[in-house]
Amino acid sequence: MLLQIEIERRMSPEHKPYTLTLKYETENKSETVAAMLQSINSNSRRQDAEGKSFEPVRWECSCLQKKCGACAMVINGRPMLACDAKLLEAAKRGRIAIGPLKKFPPVADLIVDRGPMLAALSEAKLWLTEQGLVKAENTDLAFEASRCLQCGCCLEVCPNFYAGGSFMGMAAAMPGSRLLLAAGETDKAALAAEYKKHVYGGCGKSLACRSICPAGIDIEALLVNSNAAAVWKRPWRKK
Amino acid sequence: MINIIGAGLAGLSAAMELAEREIPCRLISLQPSERAQSVLAEGGINAALDTMNEHDSPAEHFNDTMRGGCFLADPNAVYGLTSSAPDIVRRLLSLGVPFGLNDKGIVLRNFGGQKKKRTAYSKSSTGKILMTALIDTVRRYESAGLVKRLPHHELIKLRIEKGVCQGAVLRDCYSGECQSLSGQVILALGGLNGLFPGRTTGTTQNTADAAAELFSQGVHFCDLEMLQYHPTTIPIPGKRCLITEAARGEGGRLWISRNGEKWYFMEEKYPELGNLMPRDVVAREMFFVRRQEDTQGEVMLDMTGLSDEIWAKRLSDLRDNIIAHTGLDPKRSPIEVHEGIHYFMGGIAVDEQHRTNISGLYAAGECCGQYHGANRLGGNSMLGAVYGGGVAARTAAEEYAPSDDTAFPAEAGELSAEARPEFNEQLAAILAEGLGIVRSGRKLEEALKKLGELEAVCLREENRSRLGLAMLRSAIARRESRGAHYREDFPETDESFRKMTLARCEGNDADISFQVIPERRTADAASDRN
Repeated sequence: MLLQIEIERRMSPEHKPYTLTLKYETENKSETVAAMLQSINSNSRRQDAEGKSFEPVRWECSCLQKKCGACAMVINGRPMLACDAKLLEAAKRGRIAIGPLKKFPPVADLIVDRGPMLAALSEAKLWLTEQGLVKAENTDLAFEASRCLQCGCCLEVCPNFYAGGSFMGMAAAMPGSRLLLAAGETDKAALAAEYKKHVYGGCGKSLACRSICPAGIDIEALLVNSNAAAVWKRPWRKK
Repeated sequence: MINIIGAGLAGLSAAMELAEREIPCRLISLQPSERAQSVLAEGGINAALDTMNEHDSPAEHFNDTMRGGCFLADPNAVYGLTSSAPDIVRRLLSLGVPFGLNDKGIVLRNFGGQKKKRTAYSKSSTGKILMTALIDTVRRYESAGLVKRLPHHELIKLRIEKGVCQGAVLRDCYSGECQSLSGQVILALGGLNGLFPGRTTGTTQNTADAAAELFSQGVHFCDLEMLQYHPTTIPIPGKRCLITEAARGEGGRLWISRNGEKWYFMEEKYPELGNLMPRDVVAREMFFVRRQEDTQGEVMLDMTGLSDEIWAKRLSDLRDNIIAHTGLDPKRSPIEVHEGIHYFMGGIAVDEQHRTNISGLYAAGECCGQYHGANRLGGNSMLGAVYGGGVAARTAAEEYAPSDDTAFPAEAGELSAEARPEFNEQLAAILAEGLGIVRSGRKLEEALKKLGELEAVCLREENRSRLGLAMLRSAIARRESRGAHYREDFPETDESFRKMTLARCEGNDADISFQVIPERRTADAASDRN
């Protein structure tokens, strides 16, 4: 199938974005957006739809198997990992529009600076200061919370999150959740206070993030549990 | 400040160690820790915790590691590794790693090359789960100003003056600007995946350009011929995807069709460890049984006999991954598997304290050649990264001299030009051909000839060629078979080769010599007996 690929590009943060349109032929059902980007970048004779040559498209990638979160981008309107987006499934009437995440400062092409998301974790003091231990009955929950990729997809769809704001979204709730499960009493009190301030207090409960996580983390279940521990001071509910 | 290059397990471990000693460091990486290759590690981390009623001990862990590595590893370094392992894993537990627990402590699983249950795990995402805990821990030190992160930065070159490492030149990949920094350098770059694009289970962000530049700058490398092929990988777009050894540790079996029947060749040939023989043995057997005339098709990994409980409690994430990548449910149908390049036992040559041949320069994790000898045991890589990062940092701390923290503008010069993808692909094809699972002098010489004809048009390409050349020359020099290095023309292990290959850059060529493996300290051996 001949696909029309439209990639939102920009040279640098100072430059204006523009659209690169190109034609891409594939019949391979398992070919992903990531594989397509690799393929066009590795071809030194690459051409756009009008036959003009262009510079390689800048994007971030690392694991190619949905475990690192590097390649998060917006594909036909949905934030997802490029290595998880099958070309033929993502295409709508033979067309795929690809752009960078919009909630973070642009860097170049599909690269954005997700530094503010990680800086927020420091601001929320997400760490332990004393010995921790995840109890045997909570290992599954802590495992699930530990899987957060810090990719930013859930923040992209969140109506309440903006970079640098006090509400830090699920990208902070997941590590918060893990730490609350591992924390001793002193740490737990401090973490709960931060959690209330940066997660619970700002979440509008739109649940837009519910089905967006590329790692398939059951965000809602973890949120119910960490809210219970941090806000309502109830014991963890079993999943 | 001390500069740590690489923010995976080894880099984070080094940063923790320095911070605990209140020595400031920069943690420099191409992408944040969440994107490091360490998050891909699956099966677990070894420690003789003896929680499974099998009377395990660090001495047995030592013996298995040495035997697995075909006695090519430094026994004193391995002794440090295996005797520290229980404390390391208990420490990880106290950082909130959700290991499974029983009444004696941490639950362990079987892994290849080891008869006893010794591998602590978190389903089959252990690397990701450990990384999350270490990232959270280091965050505290970042906030205290002891760890300064420089994400999206690339190592361009080291500043070596009069044989001493004075610092490094980095490039900010976002702005393109370069800076020169002072201080000792701990390398935690990861393995040499970048020389084999598309052919390994590792990360694509590792280009091996940094390692290649270091080699050209005079850093010594060792055991470069020792590439680990993991027996169970599957192709996915752009790379190979690992199926953890835990699949076999939990009961998965390998077979190939022979005259219409399933032949469980590993169980037949190796009744004691069966499917859990060390990786080099399994991978080689797969190669050989496929080549037999009476077998048909590929080797299959059969997990259909695993209980519902194992799938639910220990391998649920693996099942999801396999379904996502192959469309097949491993609970119901066997999966076609093939060997894939997975780990580099060799790398930057370091001593027991993780010093390189250049003063002020240290290396840890997969980028260095330590602990694993001719073949790494599953479960020892994460252990080696965490422990090695700590040792490198301790050594650097002992030799620490505060340096000027000012960053000066610098130029990438000739190193600003990237290697061409076509060149990288041609180089990878040549190296993969020469350095396959089964090698021969003839194939290696052919690869060497093709490499000589490959035209490099920029410095990065020249560097890569040179490091590739060192790999081929190391494999040519080792005229025996040992661990991951199997030569059809020299199929036997020759004790006179129980030495480490050492590769040094000599102009445009690579000089290979053999270095004696240190003797085991008698005090350590004696304490094992007590």
